[in-house]
Amino acid sequence: MDSINFLLVGVGGQGTLVAANILGEVGLAAGYDVKKSEIHGMAQRGGSVTSHVRWGQQVFSPMAGKGEVDVLMGFEQLESMRYIEWLRQGAKALFSTHRIPPVSVTSGGAEYPDDNRFAGVIEQVTRDYLLVPAVRIAEDLGNAKAHNVVMLGALSRLLDIDSAVWTDVIERNVPSKALKVNYQAFRQGRDFHVEL
Amino acid sequence: MKRLLSGNEAIARGAWEAGVEVASAYPGTPSTEILENFGPMPDVYAEWATNEKVGMDVAIGAAYAGRRALTCMKHVGLNVAADSYFYASMTGIEAGLVIVTADDPEMHSSQNEQDNRRYAKFARVPCLEPSDSQDAKDMVAVALEMSEQFDTPVMLRITTRIAHSHTPVELGERHTHPPAVEKYPRNFEKYVSLPMNARKRHPILEERVALLAGYAENLPHNRVEMGDASLGIITCGVSYQYAREVFPDASILRLGMVYPLPRQLIADFAARVDRLIVIEELDPFLEEELVLQGVKVEGKSIFPMCGELTPQIVRESAIGAGLLPESAAVVPPAPITGDLPNRPPVLCPGCPHRGVFYTLKRLKLPVQGDIGCYTLGAMPPLSTMETCGCMGAGIGVAHGADVAGDAERHVAVIGDSTFFHTGMPALLNTVYNRGKSITVLMDNRITAMTGHQQNPGTGRTLQGKKTLEIEFEPLVRAMGVNEVHTVDAYDMDAVKDAFTQSLASEEPAVIITRRECALLPQARKNYRPLRVDPEKCVACWTCFRVGCPAIRRSEEVFEKTWRQKSDIDPLMCTGCEVCAQVCPQNAILFRAQLDEDDSD
Repeated sequence: MDSINFLLVGVGGQGTLVAANILGEVGLAAGYDVKKSEIHGMAQRGGSVTSHVRWGQQVFSPMAGKGEVDVLMGFEQLESMRYIEWLRQGAKALFSTHRIPPVSVTSGGAEYPDDNRFAGVIEQVTRDYLLVPAVRIAEDLGNAKAHNVVMLGALSRLLDIDSAVWTDVIERNVPSKALKVNYQAFRQGRDFHVEL
Repeated sequence: MKRLLSGNEAIARGAWEAGVEVASAYPGTPSTEILENFGPMPDVYAEWATNEKVGMDVAIGAAYAGRRALTCMKHVGLNVAADSYFYASMTGIEAGLVIVTADDPEMHSSQNEQDNRRYAKFARVPCLEPSDSQDAKDMVAVALEMSEQFDTPVMLRITTRIAHSHTPVELGERHTHPPAVEKYPRNFEKYVSLPMNARKRHPILEERVALLAGYAENLPHNRVEMGDASLGIITCGVSYQYAREVFPDASILRLGMVYPLPRQLIADFAARVDRLIVIEELDPFLEEELVLQGVKVEGKSIFPMCGELTPQIVRESAIGAGLLPESAAVVPPAPITGDLPNRPPVLCPGCPHRGVFYTLKRLKLPVQGDIGCYTLGAMPPLSTMETCGCMGAGIGVAHGADVAGDAERHVAVIGDSTFFHTGMPALLNTVYNRGKSITVLMDNRITAMTGHQQNPGTGRTLQGKKTLEIEFEPLVRAMGVNEVHTVDAYDMDAVKDAFTQSLASEEPAVIITRRECALLPQARKNYRPLRVDPEKCVACWTCFRVGCPAIRRSEEVFEKTWRQKSDIDPLMCTGCEVCAQVCPQNAILFRAQLDEDDSD
């Protein structure tokens, strides 16, 4: 089995860590050795949240090094730009189009990078990326919070694992009353590629 | 059936499986989740203690009473608990006592990155250090057995990367033990540390170290993994994982017990390899011991002493020392990003501390801070804090500046949980020694920064039992403070009046700013987003000075200056009305005005 290093980045409160939990458990269910590492100390206070998830035959370090990430998942645009240098040159990425301007922008007057600047930065590292309007898709389904599962759905299409494995893990990781919308979110994310 | 558990979850599980019956701790990142996970387990007693020292005493008491016990803390928490830690080592116990210290290399959420392995040697307490979650779980049982066999508390040392990394763990069954004693011990010579008794205990401690060093020789967790003999690596903790990652072919001695060390095992390993290095984070703790034992080894001449190690740092340092060829370097991409806007942690929208800091800022008084969510009052744009050292420091520091004769009137800010932790003796000191500094007790009704834990002000215990809710005003009055003002933290006029009155008095004052944390369930139910009236907004940007993430620049500009007006994000705003109070144009609608507006 090949190893895969994932890096999930976002802003505290977005469900980045739940997504990382799911991704970790999916790897375990698929027979990989898995390690997952996150720094979440300041997550609630609007800070950025990053989580490494590593799948492999035998995983040692719980985190990959800069330039060793195989798949970057960005749940927020600015954080995606901030962490793009962790992705291996030319490797795959999935970016939510969602923006959460930090206080330095909202109060401080700094500029939130526009789409051109975003593309300009990302494409210095890779052109193999997908922009997913995950929050809009989740909102249309009735629950913006399920955007992280939309992203996981989109990711699932890149990996050779049965969708039943994904949905089984998702079921164990989301609130029971939100099961239906999360299944739909996963499905829509998974089908998003096909629509292109 | 393997499950992904964090190091903390694994330790909680390990404690339960090994029959721990009592756990007492104070929250502290990265250790907090241990008790959060242990508390709900069946057939255990677990409590949040008022501080780490008390938590340690409680665990010791349970161990004296013959029940296996656990206490946990972050690295600086052991500084608080140190007095108790030392006597526990001296007296020994009746049943196993495990002390978890969760260190924070890189200071992800701490004021320093001290290496608590040094405490093990200092107090002659054996110390285990796991390299992943399975290890962490297994080591709790080993620690308890060692504790009982050698009559000593045992330290289990983890770091943030172990505490908060999830790795696969095989779960086991719980094994309970009958109490180790039938009756609480009456053993004067062992347990009463009068000099005449303690003097006899010290040689016992030194003898115990020697016995433990012998035990370490055969401990399976001290493991040799022979590979290519040209390079030998001695390592521990998460550094072991980095060693395996960066030097897949090297020979490795992974020490699962970092104090005392297995002299013979080490010497044998050293003899089998050509070049010997130590990979460890922070202090050259292992390295110093090895040098003392006459082992030729390189450590901090290659790897840094400050901050966490990462596979990248290990690899780059190794290349620098000629241990790996240049070609081994992983060259990350270096995209030109330009300056990206920072995303520092900030006070949440609706945080009750915000308005208090804004008011304090305008008074231009020196503010001695403390540890908690309110520490973020030091960040721009509020920037209203001069010092912040450790838990409970602010009040003493303010008093110290005052009695030193500093001309300004000093203010200390402290949270509810921090006040219970170590603020109380400090405030009593100020009153007793006739100081006049002003203490702002920022009461948000919960231990917030560490993720909402109960404390003596909340009315609930860790395990959900209803209990007393300490009222601060009678408490501080009982300490002799006469100038006491309890105000709603959201009411900035009331906060200002409290300061005006306190400043007019020459007595020590306490201002209790009371309002529940905006993230608490009862607060969330009450959210009502405000809005800016664009007709009234003149883009003066005063509202931005409160540093609330919910206030943003509008698309609309004020024509006279072409500056962007303000706008409020309805998804983030809770309706605390702090910004509405500071707006000089009354352009931000208060809740009452929203009602009027809505009913039009």
